[in-house]
Amino acid sequence: MFYLRLMGVFFKIGLLTIGGGYAMLPLIQREIIDRGWLTAREFVHIITIAEMTPGPIAINAATFVGYRLAGVKGSVLTTTAISLPSLLIILAVSKFLTHFEDHPTVQKVFYGLRPAVAGLVSSAAIFICREVLFGSRNLTGGAALDPRLGAIALISFISLRKLKVHPILTIVMAAILGLLFLR
Amino acid sequence: MPKKDHQATYLQMFTSFFKIGAFTFGGGFAMLPLIEREVIERHKWVDRDEILDIYALAQSVPGVIAVNSSMLIGYRLRGVPGAIVASIGVILPSLIVIIAIAKYFEQLIANVWVARGMAGISGAVAALIITAALRIARRTIKGMDTFLIALLSFLLVTFTKVNVFYILLLAGLLGYLLRRKDAALHKGQEQ
Repeated sequence: MFYLRLMGVFFKIGLLTIGGGYAMLPLIQREIIDRGWLTAREFVHIITIAEMTPGPIAINAATFVGYRLAGVKGSVLTTTAISLPSLLIILAVSKFLTHFEDHPTVQKVFYGLRPAVAGLVSSAAIFICREVLFGSRNLTGGAALDPRLGAIALISFISLRKLKVHPILTIVMAAILGLLFLR
Repeated sequence: MPKKDHQATYLQMFTSFFKIGAFTFGGGFAMLPLIEREVIERHKWVDRDEILDIYALAQSVPGVIAVNSSMLIGYRLRGVPGAIVASIGVILPSLIVIIAIAKYFEQLIANVWVARGMAGISGAVAALIITAALRIARRTIKGMDTFLIALLSFLLVTFTKVNVFYILLLAGLLGYLLRRKDAALHKGQEQ
């Protein structure tokens, strides 16, 4: 039953997303691309859309993947499934443990979990950058690194890291540069 | 524990969280200022100390921070139904916007100007994700031990087919063992 498998996969992604939205990207990459449900190129499209639209990136990405795979029903299923683990755990934790996050065992476990998330997100970041910059069928139609796209990525990086420009302004700037220089 | 004295109606909660979901770009931490404006300043549903506890807990359980925070605030206001109403409110704008885009995605991307704009944005997306990875690394890597855990999980997820669940399980276990050893050492020094 495809719908059940879809829900199962997104439930698992929601359960293993620790430390916020970007931590979900390596999981989507593993569960969805490796399963052949999406190509790496579609994955980049989805993240691009998710960054451009309001709302949490993880929810946006889940909705888009769900729609791609099974239409409106699919998007409602994946979005529900990805949020369900949080809801169940939060309800359980709020009921039985006050200050769950201050519990010594929780703190010890998180001492290891947090850097692991850094490792996972770095891996996804490299995967996404490789696909954006060297994707075999990228949007500009080139096979190798498009220097103009590389320049846009570099300018965006400097604007975000060094100049502390707001991400939305950086995205608008990148869109304008794309309109002007990519053809 | 749910606090019933705030008298937040489901409609008020739904509207507030819908607004939060509709007007924040970038998700996660970008959502927190708007959450604070709606929930603390406008409706006075929670106070500034409570919100810090809520963020801490929202980051300590799996899931998306903005959604987790909304669920927790909803739960404090009206129990389980409150948590459900708040999370549906915060998620619904994404769902509507993304379904609309996904529906017409093929036509949109066929337009040369849209394709160029999107290609430009994909460059910014590469930069955004590298920035996020660096930010998470800087916040979480505190010394050699945490660096090695990060490196180990990077290598495992990049070069092997090991399930992410087992990587996180291993990292949590390593963290527990490392901290327990540290705690034991501190105890030894005190005696």
